[in-house]
Amino acid sequence: MTRELVVGITPLADCAPIAVALEHGHFAREGLRVRLSREPSWANIRDKLATGALDAAHMLAPMTLAASLGLEPIAEPAVTAFSLGLGGNAITVSERLRERLTRAGLPSAAPPEACARALARLLDEDRAAGRAPLRIATVFPFSMHGYELRFWLASAGIVPNRDVRLPVVPPPRMVAELEAGAIDGFCVGEPWNSLAELRGAGSLLVAVEDLWSRAPEKVLGVNARWLERNGEIHRALLRALLAAAHWCDEAENRPELARLLSTSHYVDAPLETLYRSLAGASHFHTFCAGDANFPWRSHAMWIATQMLRWGQIEKPLDLRAAAARVYRADLYRDAAADLGVPAPREDEKCESFGGARFDPARAAEFATSFAIADLRVASDELAAAQHAQVTDAR
Amino acid sequence: MLRVMLVDEKPERSSQLERALADAGYEVVATLTGRDDLRARIAALSPDVIIVDMQSPSRDVLEDMRRIHEERPRPVVMFVDETDADSIRAAVRAGVSAYVVDGLKGRSVRPVVEVAIARFEEFQALRNELESARTTLADRKLVERAKGIIMRRKSLSEEDAYQLLRKSAMDQKRKIVEVAREVIAMAELL
Repeated sequence: MTRELVVGITPLADCAPIAVALEHGHFAREGLRVRLSREPSWANIRDKLATGALDAAHMLAPMTLAASLGLEPIAEPAVTAFSLGLGGNAITVSERLRERLTRAGLPSAAPPEACARALARLLDEDRAAGRAPLRIATVFPFSMHGYELRFWLASAGIVPNRDVRLPVVPPPRMVAELEAGAIDGFCVGEPWNSLAELRGAGSLLVAVEDLWSRAPEKVLGVNARWLERNGEIHRALLRALLAAAHWCDEAENRPELARLLSTSHYVDAPLETLYRSLAGASHFHTFCAGDANFPWRSHAMWIATQMLRWGQIEKPLDLRAAAARVYRADLYRDAAADLGVPAPREDEKCESFGGARFDPARAAEFATSFAIADLRVASDELAAAQHAQVTDAR
Repeated sequence: MLRVMLVDEKPERSSQLERALADAGYEVVATLTGRDDLRARIAALSPDVIIVDMQSPSRDVLEDMRRIHEERPRPVVMFVDETDADSIRAAVRAGVSAYVVDGLKGRSVRPVVEVAIARFEEFQALRNELESARTTLADRKLVERAKGIIMRRKSLSEEDAYQLLRKSAMDQKRKIVEVAREVIAMAELL
């Protein structure tokens, strides 16, 4: 047995592989002693990982890049070699906003583009009438939620920084703030969209799955210096999580998974809510199938293009090299090989958000291609910073 | 005088911290919990330093304010001096985070954070003490019950029953309270 490892989690359904790895003894079978630390904020996860108070953590995929690109206060690079799953986010609006959209002619279950256009028209109306902009909450400055929401808004000509307010609200408080009228909608992970619907506080407007099927979401993040000293422990963590993720994906296990996650150790939400998230009609989460745990470098590159687009990255960078330092496909492959699980041979693939194709070979062009953006880097300087190949970036 | 705002879910602790900061010559402009509208209060009160309990989910709200350029409140940066890894580690260990209005970084703010760390540590130590006192009391009750069971079943004196418990704990290299718990469980089963 090794020393006790502390793994940070947040109250969201996609901590599932970590929860199951602990509860079903996958960590123990790998000789790992693990204690979970349930954290109320992403800022805690970041700071505890950077200072060594956590060994590994359930983390928003963009947080690993933000830490490594020096966008965070503590200069401690983070690394991931494991995606905890794909998808899970949705955009939910208050009943009041849903009624306005319906009155404006938006049918229920309309495609995401139609929803965005309908929202754009309401925003124009509000602006003309001198009303305050609508408030749509996300969860953290460096989050897929933020990039997904902005991408979707901008696709209908909405300028996120001008036309709407995008405050941050901690996920467990989203539904209460929606009920209180403090926000008009949110983009959040499960089970909080389901809870809003079950409580009658809001309506799911857009499932992100319909914009980007199998979008990156949470990863297992570790500190880069920790990884240098704990390579074997990390590999064992990955093996345990692979086994757990496989179990999480089986349809017949989902009811049990919902029961486990609804407890106060994990999400602490009503069972029927988790049941809806994980075993209901809408498909939110892929935990394992189709190489869902593989850390695609193209995911990290897409994220970096959006960090550029919205002015979070203010200096030119080699997108592929930066992504390769943070997303360690090689380490995933080692752990998968230990279990005889096949892994993709390529590190990158083309991605697609709402029909906008992202070819990682043309990442810099993509980053500077948006009419609605807050770019702080000149396109020619960004283009000049790209190199054709990753010369061993580690 | 630096203007300090506290965000803490534990009123016992924050009132102590308020006093300590006032004694050290700082002005505490407000003490809030996570349910308050931080954004509005910060805009209204413009504190120089915000001390936040790491157990408060509101941290992510403040993180967001660090980056928003177009909103009125001045951007805040985290911690006192980002190059001072030791003080960051001490703060994280104590469960304190601090946000400082940009431009105020450095020596003038550091003592505020140090007062906060000290109070948070003291509070934690007190809790641990209480916790351990409570466990000791609970443990003693369990041992008493187990002793009573052994006395009745084996017709032993109180002292002999206790010695039997102690010996079997020693033989099994376990704590007396664990053996007591087993005796009670067994008695309930039979």
